[in-house]
Amino acid sequence: MSKLVQKFGTDEWVLPGNASCPGCSAVLALRHILKVLGKDTYLVIPASCSSVIQGVYPRTASAIPSYNVPFASAASAASGIRHALNVVGKKGTVLAFAGDGATYDIGLSTVSGAAERNEDIIYVCYDNSAYSNTGVQKSGATPIGAWTTTTPTGREGWPKDMPLIMAAHQVPYMATASVGYLNDLQRKVKEAKDIEGFRYIHILAPCTTGWLFPPSQTIKVAKMSVLTGFWILFEAERGMIRLTGPSKRLKDPSKREPLEEFLKLQDRFKDITPEQKKALQEWIDFQWTIMHWKMIEYLEKQP
Amino acid sequence: MGKIELLRGNYAASYGAKLSKVQVITAYPITPQTSIVEVLANCCASGELDAAFVRVESEHSAMSAAIGASAVGARVFTASGSQGLLYMAEGVHWAAGARLPIVMAIVNRALAAPWSVWTDHQDAISMRDSGWIQFFAKNNQEVLDTIIQVYKVAEDVNVCLPAMVNLDGFILSHTVMPVDIPEQEEVDDFLPPRPPGAPYELDSNNPMTYGNIADPTCYDEFRFSMHEAMQYSKKMIKKTTREFERKFGRNHGALLEEYRCTNDAEIIVFSMGTMAEEAEIAVDILRDEGIRAGSAKVRVFRPFPTEDIIRLSNGLKAILVIDRNLSFGLGGAVASEIKASLYQEKRKPFLRERVMGLGGRDVTAEIIAEEMEKTLGMVEKEEEVVIYE
Repeated sequence: MSKLVQKFGTDEWVLPGNASCPGCSAVLALRHILKVLGKDTYLVIPASCSSVIQGVYPRTASAIPSYNVPFASAASAASGIRHALNVVGKKGTVLAFAGDGATYDIGLSTVSGAAERNEDIIYVCYDNSAYSNTGVQKSGATPIGAWTTTTPTGREGWPKDMPLIMAAHQVPYMATASVGYLNDLQRKVKEAKDIEGFRYIHILAPCTTGWLFPPSQTIKVAKMSVLTGFWILFEAERGMIRLTGPSKRLKDPSKREPLEEFLKLQDRFKDITPEQKKALQEWIDFQWTIMHWKMIEYLEKQP
Repeated sequence: MGKIELLRGNYAASYGAKLSKVQVITAYPITPQTSIVEVLANCCASGELDAAFVRVESEHSAMSAAIGASAVGARVFTASGSQGLLYMAEGVHWAAGARLPIVMAIVNRALAAPWSVWTDHQDAISMRDSGWIQFFAKNNQEVLDTIIQVYKVAEDVNVCLPAMVNLDGFILSHTVMPVDIPEQEEVDDFLPPRPPGAPYELDSNNPMTYGNIADPTCYDEFRFSMHEAMQYSKKMIKKTTREFERKFGRNHGALLEEYRCTNDAEIIVFSMGTMAEEAEIAVDILRDEGIRAGSAKVRVFRPFPTEDIIRLSNGLKAILVIDRNLSFGLGGAVASEIKASLYQEKRKPFLRERVMGLGGRDVTAEIIAEEMEKTLGMVEKEEEVVIYE
């Protein structure tokens, strides 16, 4: 029995037979999140892949109370559920499970508003870096050089730094995570569960359909996103950042796998130009520079 | 017996919500609505009202949070109007489809462009097909009473639809009138708390998924069930109005309020909101001149009081409909609904429609009386009807 199963049991809250694509990491993430959060979780689903994954009425892939809401409503509807649970005297965790489109773009103000109000909810952004449900269009999360149907020659310009935007809200807890490191993810969810107030978890969720890799490669792609330094695993309490998991040792660029090892797994980077590749590497290096600054700030504030 | 106080329309709305013991309030400011939520903020802060007051960051979120809260089974109140109502439009439709008995006060205000803060009904009329029960009040007493009444209608297990109570911006919202504020015990007796275990309720002991994809084999049934609930709500509105009158001695009309609509009336003016108050004075003026005039206030725009309108039109020489909204390329919304209601009738009175009072332009009793006289004059001459001059 694996360590994960021992820790969080065998109960399944995402039911088999759901409508996800083979190799979908969003549903994998949800499954392992719910194992930690358990039965009394109220799931809020905005327009996203998840609104399809749960299946068509009268069927559902959800064994917990689940509420579908408009695209830009996840954080605000979750806030409403939280307040109402309190006033009617019901216990439970409220989980908003939204994609990057809902988080970076259309719903940004609602996520920001709920964070600022310190709503007692967990907001998870499963980031497949495109509008995958509508057939892979560029979102605010799409990385430099990546193909989408609306960036046929590769995305130009830098994506939004959503994790640090949320860290800058100085919420009680925020973290990035990867489906390649489920132990790390579940520890963070557990951490979040035990804290009151607004908690934000941002999971990079490789998408077979949008990133164009075989369904069998999801975990490999996820791991490689971290090992190349493309995706940084960290957590922050009140904006104080610390690296976690493999990212701890990847502060040292020489310990990172070459970026190529991540790019070559996915056909969305098949036609990336040398300029775009250079820009992408510069962007990654800059993310790490920012991370260093943040950590120095953190160390300076230590007593 | 309650106590009589001088109240602005917005305060009347706040007190209506407070007396209804709402449990969650989602609040976002917009002129001329803002003081409704300000009063409620004070009530929550002072402990007079035991409710969660959620200061959201937009009207879209005000409705989304209301949706979440109502889904758990709380009694929810919010307020908006104009651009705010349009900004939350997605959630407005959603709340009805999700069958949540949210009550929202709408302080009617004209839509931009150009900017206007003054009243007309374009905002609410644009939500006509959202599945919300739509009340229009003509005075501040009616605002307060309607909010209490409408929770009872909306929360009925056979209705489960949201409702908006409309009041004209500034004309009601910022104007003081004497309002009889009922005692809390009396209201409690009339309106018990929202019963737990309502249909469509989120509960981890009975985990259900709501709002997931309904394919073409069942979507249609969901929508028609809303239509049936809306039709059924007519009965509930009538029943609730009677109960309210028995308890509090006030009746603002159920779906439609009649004023001097006698059997021998030759003309009736139909209107909504504060224009109906003016129309009643206009009727008095005409009656003094010997013209057998009456006024009918369309109190509920959805569900539409088709049956009442057919009954009232019987034997009339003419109908004047004044609309404080304009469906560009057609005319006034109330007029077109009345025309549609009368289509199947064999004998129809002459009908003239006028669109007036847009963006807060004053519509006085004298103007309405004049329009009614003109309408009667046109019956003989068979003049072409123009909706504005």
